[in-house]
Amino acid sequence: MITLQFVPYSELIKLTPVGRIKKILDIAKENKIVLVEGRLKPSEEAELIQRTMEEVNKDFKGIELCTIYPESKNGDTIDKLKATMLNVLIGNRRGLTIIGPATIVKEIKRDPNKIQLLTNNLNKKKRRK
Amino acid sequence: MIKNISRFLSNLFSSIFKRRRSVKLGLYGPTNSGKSTLANRISKDWLGEEMSKASKIPHETREIIIKEKIEVKSKGKTLTFNLVDTPGIATKIDYEDFLKYNMSKKEAKQRAKEATKGVIESIKWLDSMDCVMVVLDSTVNPYSQVNITIIGNLAARDIPVLVVANKIDIKKSNIKKVEDAFPQYDVVGISAEYGHNMEDLYNALFKIVK
Repeated sequence: MITLQFVPYSELIKLTPVGRIKKILDIAKENKIVLVEGRLKPSEEAELIQRTMEEVNKDFKGIELCTIYPESKNGDTIDKLKATMLNVLIGNRRGLTIIGPATIVKEIKRDPNKIQLLTNNLNKKKRRK
Repeated sequence: MIKNISRFLSNLFSSIFKRRRSVKLGLYGPTNSGKSTLANRISKDWLGEEMSKASKIPHETREIIIKEKIEVKSKGKTLTFNLVDTPGIATKIDYEDFLKYNMSKKEAKQRAKEATKGVIESIKWLDSMDCVMVVLDSTVNPYSQVNITIIGNLAARDIPVLVVANKIDIKKSNIKKVEDAFPQYDVVGISAEYGHNMEDLYNALFKIVK
């Protein structure tokens, strides 16, 4: 069974950057797929990867990560201005970040227009044990 | 913010005192994109010797490797830099993946352990780069989160970037897809293994290394 846990922006904004990464990683380590409202900053994504690497062991192999962010592809200035104003008003809660433990999520395939989350065959793994 | 201010001050002081420190040109990218093959190609072209060990096994480079004072000449201009080959960035590492390459369990576990440290090192070194070539395998989907995270972090640090679409000698290579994924950057298609299009790469380097 796959468990998804949604983490609202209002919950993360209360935490320090380190606290946010820890929270996300703690949930992923419980073998749950984390859906975070909003997008992590690039520096937070890098921090998440670093922290993940520190935690890799025989049970936790790392994560699959994907951020979805609505942005104007053709670089429309008005759209960019709107997006900046929205960020100022409501915070960086646009978009979605998906983090799944590598033992469960095999791959997150992203194309410009779609995202596919491929899971590992857990039954097969269990049988192998 | 503090990093940006310190970078600005460092650039300001170096320009005031004209004491040009060595330019660090980093090779970043996901695993198996050909960073070490490219590092060897550049080092061989200009110094006559290789600098890294390249192989088909993921995470072959697990430590930062630096080749100092590489002098590139093109169209009467000269460019000198220290080339930094970095371990490939990944979000997951499973020692069992290395068992496919005829490694013992002990060797595979050791490699996985070193690989995790390598990823951490790569990310730590981002701050000290002056410019970066992001090396991507042009035969695979460029819209991966690792690519986006690397480029996002370089953009946030205001580090000049050249995107290198490697492995153009392979039939399913798709430079257009790489260009579409990162329209705000210059993309140069090369084959590091066979040395195809290296002249274009060196010319493009002059644009990003200042």
